[in-house]
Amino acid sequence: MSALLQTRGVGKAYGPFRALTDVSLSIEAGERLAIVGPNGAGKTTLVNLLTGLLAPSEGEVYFKNENIRGHGPVVLAERGLARAFQLVHIFPALTVAETIAAAVITRQKKRWRLFSNLAADRDVAGRVAEVARIFGLERRLDTVSRLLSQGEKKLLDVASAFALDPEVILLDEPTSGISTAEKHGIMKTLIAAAERAGVKALILVEHDMDLVAAYSTRIVAISEGKVLADLPPKLFFENPAVIEIVVGKRRH
Amino acid sequence: MKPPPQIVAALFGVAALAVFPLLAPTYYAGLMIPFFAYAIALLGFNLLFGYGGLLSFGHAMFIGFGAYGTAVMAGVFGVKSFELALAAVVLGSALAAIPIGLLCVRYTGIFFGMLTLAFGMLFHSFLFKFYYVTGGDSGMRIPRMNILGLEFAQYNKITFLTGPFYYYCLALLVIAAFAMWRIVHSPFGLHLRALRENSRKAEYLGVHVRRFRLAAFVISAAFGAAGGAILGFRIGLADPELVYWTQSGQLVFMTVLGGFHHFLGPVIGALAFTFLQDQLQSLTQYWRFVLGAILALLVIGFPAGIAGWADLANWRLKSRKAAA
Repeated sequence: MSALLQTRGVGKAYGPFRALTDVSLSIEAGERLAIVGPNGAGKTTLVNLLTGLLAPSEGEVYFKNENIRGHGPVVLAERGLARAFQLVHIFPALTVAETIAAAVITRQKKRWRLFSNLAADRDVAGRVAEVARIFGLERRLDTVSRLLSQGEKKLLDVASAFALDPEVILLDEPTSGISTAEKHGIMKTLIAAAERAGVKALILVEHDMDLVAAYSTRIVAISEGKVLADLPPKLFFENPAVIEIVVGKRRH
Repeated sequence: MKPPPQIVAALFGVAALAVFPLLAPTYYAGLMIPFFAYAIALLGFNLLFGYGGLLSFGHAMFIGFGAYGTAVMAGVFGVKSFELALAAVVLGSALAAIPIGLLCVRYTGIFFGMLTLAFGMLFHSFLFKFYYVTGGDSGMRIPRMNILGLEFAQYNKITFLTGPFYYYCLALLVIAAFAMWRIVHSPFGLHLRALRENSRKAEYLGVHVRRFRLAAFVISAAFGAAGGAILGFRIGLADPELVYWTQSGQLVFMTVLGGFHHFLGPVIGALAFTFLQDQLQSLTQYWRFVLGAILALLVIGFPAGIAGWADLANWRLKSRKAAA
């Protein structure tokens, strides 16, 4: 099976500072890949390279066997690569329905319709309602986003990414800022939604090792800009040296 | 389906505007022509500012495109039909706005504002200095044209402007407002608002940030030119003063006065400003001082403008009713 998303010898330097060196990864359909590592290891840089926000200093990134160099996030969003952010990214003055609709419009290729009445478009409204239901936001459709609770904002951020019907979705700490009690609930919602939406691969950047252990099928550990380990969870958690680097001293 | 309250308000507004010249003194009916011109221009301006989040300080340039374009069409090419001239300047300004927009929309915030200001000033000095082409400080004359076959030259100027031309401009405003209403309620309009709110997030949802900003810029230029053509037709002159940067400031003032969060805010702002300026000018030679004070009070006390204030009053009325 060919890889959905692949990096070949990717590196990134910001002036004299090397954020990432020689990263080669291949993400296949059916995988739930967790990217872990201490703060400053280069996780965010890797995510930005994978989604076309940054161009690598060396090496190439391929999405569905196509080099993404020169394609920004907009083109990748159209082709099926979505991202939700670590810090909540919403459109404060838009309603929940409008936020999701923004993605649905992209998916249904309606963005250049200058004179068509969006409110009367049943295809868009139907899909918006469907996505909102999956994320439990169906009663909030007309709420202005800035009035949502922190958890709801996070869900909306992810829901709008899902509304693109992506093949690969990249979740940057989807449960940051959410209470421990809710974390598993949200992860289950996300994974169920991903399966239902036909997402083929899920990439998860996560600090919480319990979540990583529970929901990933493969773990890539990054430290100081290099891939430290690339293992299935079972083997990963049998490797105390790697865990120590990733989480520092475990506070159990 | 019940029509939205804004549509009801708009219908009332159109009806009121239609009977206005029958009831009001001719002088005030004549004052409505610049209102129509500015209202149309500001509908475009607010697509960029209110919906797209880009504040242009050089928008009077497009009004100048409209006025000077009409002067060129009528004076140089001898076009008699105002409709034809209008279509030409709207299209021409949209085309001219593409290269300017390409440069401007790479920036946001203050840099966008400064760059549009710079282009506006460049165009003004071009008009001022290239005397041979543009007539310099005396501007370019716009010969009388015809509207829908009606010869302006055969009428008394005031009768024509407060009669046929008044209704002609009202019709143009209705058409412009309807077109803009469709644009802001289209998928394009939603993407434009999304990128105003958070351009990084919008990009990841597939919003073409720069292209959409450019499109809004071009559309706003077309509306600005339409307004400029009307202003030029009325005074029979394409005046470089129309393009001076304080005029761009005035456009911003009108929009803020009316309320830029509101679809009809700019139209209300144009109306309020036109009459305010006229009344103040006849009352005191310090009218600029009074206008300045009003702007300061407005920004501090009523940042949502007249339309926002009306919304608030309406909401209070409703909640009082609900409480009673």
